[in-house]
Amino acid sequence: MTVELRELRRSFGGTVALDGLSLTIEQGELIAFLGPSGCGKTTALRCVAGFERPDTGAVFIDGADVTRVPANRRDAGMVFQSYSLFPNLNVRDNVAFGLRVRRRPTSERHSRAAELLELVGLGGFGERYPHQLSGGQQQRVALARALALQPKVLLLDEPLSALDAKVRVNLREEIRRLQLELGITTIFVTHDQEEALSVADRVAVLKSGRLEQVAPPAEVYDRPATPFVAEFVGTMNHLPGRVSGETVEVFGHFLPLDGAAPGEEVDVLVRPEAVRVSPSEEGRGFILASSFRGSIARLRVQLDSGGEVLADVPGHEAVRLAPGLKVDVTLVERPVLTAPRTAVAAPVEPVA
Amino acid sequence: MAGVTWRRLTLGVAAVYFLVPLAIAVWFTVYNESLGFSLGAYGRIVSAPGFGESLLKSLLLGAAVIVLVLLLALPALLAVRLGAPGLRPVLETITTLPLIVPPITYVVGIANALRGGTDALAATPFWQTLISIQDEDFPVVLVLAYVMLALPFAYRSLDTGLRAVDVRTLVEAARNLGASWPYVLFRVILPNLRSAVAGASFLSLALVMGEYTIAALMGYRTFPVWIVTVSGSDGQLSVALSVLSLGLIWLLLLTLSGAGRKSK
Ligand SMILES: Nc1ncnc2c1ncn2[C@@H]1O[C@H](COP(=O)(O)OP(=O)(O)O)[C@@H](O)[C@H]1O
Ligand SMILES: [Mg+2]
Repeated sequence: MTVELRELRRSFGGTVALDGLSLTIEQGELIAFLGPSGCGKTTALRCVAGFERPDTGAVFIDGADVTRVPANRRDAGMVFQSYSLFPNLNVRDNVAFGLRVRRRPTSERHSRAAELLELVGLGGFGERYPHQLSGGQQQRVALARALALQPKVLLLDEPLSALDAKVRVNLREEIRRLQLELGITTIFVTHDQEEALSVADRVAVLKSGRLEQVAPPAEVYDRPATPFVAEFVGTMNHLPGRVSGETVEVFGHFLPLDGAAPGEEVDVLVRPEAVRVSPSEEGRGFILASSFRGSIARLRVQLDSGGEVLADVPGHEAVRLAPGLKVDVTLVERPVLTAPRTAVAAPVEPVA
Repeated sequence: MAGVTWRRLTLGVAAVYFLVPLAIAVWFTVYNESLGFSLGAYGRIVSAPGFGESLLKSLLLGAAVIVLVLLLALPALLAVRLGAPGLRPVLETITTLPLIVPPITYVVGIANALRGGTDALAATPFWQTLISIQDEDFPVVLVLAYVMLALPFAYRSLDTGLRAVDVRTLVEAARNLGASWPYVLFRVILPNLRSAVAGASFLSLALVMGEYTIAALMGYRTFPVWIVTVSGSDGQLSVALSVLSLGLIWLLLLTLSGAGRKSK
């Protein structure tokens, strides 16, 4: 059961939501659509679900063109961002709603609902009403409801964004476990890069209705295809650099360039873990702040030349590298991406 | 504490304001200086010619208005909400119009249209239709007029109800699970709008049971028109009629809101 998006375009008045999005999702794969708010993730998902019709382009499910098939005849189960359980039905009837529509006998509806509720860890909750459940439980029920008809594709539109942090992490792991167990082709929309990286087989990074990169999480993180991806996924330092030939000079080091540079004076993009910090009296900066995060500590280093750098150091070094200490900053030797020069060096933290 | 006291006080004042005149009215209908206590006035109502007939006619009109106004307003509201939110102010304005146009204007308009229509269609089969909608026993033309009048109330009641549920998400969840549009409307939206639908129905019914001007001017003997005709000379009878129709509408209200509450 593959899903193919072919050259999808959709605009709302003057807003272009999808700008030629092409992508193939493989059988049994969990793909995450990742991107900032407004980049077209939901619109793309709604095109697959049939709630939105692309202006041009086509959607294929399992090789069949479904672009013109109405939503109620597509084989795609969806979990919505907002709570979407039917308030007048109890949990069991919510889960069995699709079977009810298809006029399946009561006994089958009840046994299937019980089975699915068991699957999402809510066995015995069948008689409750949605308003008697927590947010996390409601989304579990919504998940069970979406799976009840054994759809070809599972569509999740930021299903965890309304939940608090701890529930979010638990539930996303559970979704992944279920998805692997059922082997169901899944699209998981999120604006949270950590969420995308931790559950997906592949991450598709979207920007302004276009695909920036689609690759396994590690690759998106380590080898971002564009500066946008580099900045959106994980934390990125912007360090002033000067291009010379195939290399770029930063802090007196010459690092190999990854891809073409946008000019001579550029921003070099470096991850905090690729920054080394060592105590040194004649160093180029001092530690401004340190936040301990268990296995690592993230240091904020003020450079004498202006600007700041974020550096991740092993957690046990946090004591030695205390705020106020004069330090030297060096970079791990590996190909770096560059972006057009912005202002002074400033790290960009992703929006979580 | 202060809150409770205030609530009781306000409630008390409101109760006095409503109940005292009502009690006096009831007293007036059952007590007479010369005869003493008697239920005669109520007996005279039921035996008055045309009572059952006009009441039934008004109830039937009410039922027809309810069905029609719901069938008109609900899909329109949903369509605008789901498909064209930009049209909402337009819909709001249109449904306010019947409140602004005075009933007299309305009657004159309808009467002119009917007369003009009868002349223009005299030689066509539509003429028969035009005549039959003016049927004395079940004047469809009144139903149409009342639907217009009820629209503002029904619209607002339904709109408030729809505001309380996330219609778009519910509709899409149901569509996603294979539901056809009629299924969505009758099995998903309506059950979650019971009290709003009950409210819209009640307001429409109350309107039909109380509307005098249009019916009277167009010459139909609906219940309100009948009340006025019958009570002309008999003071006690006319007050008894008011009490009775109030009680009747109250009963209907309780029934409808009971139906609305059952959904919980
Ligand atoms: N129904 C709509 N009407 C008008 N604009 C819309 C509609 N749906 C989406 N958009 C616009 O399209 C763009 C993409 O929206 P969306 O797909 O919801 O983004 P995302 O889910 O990535 O946050 C946004 O600029 C949004 O304002
Ligand atoms: Mg979205």
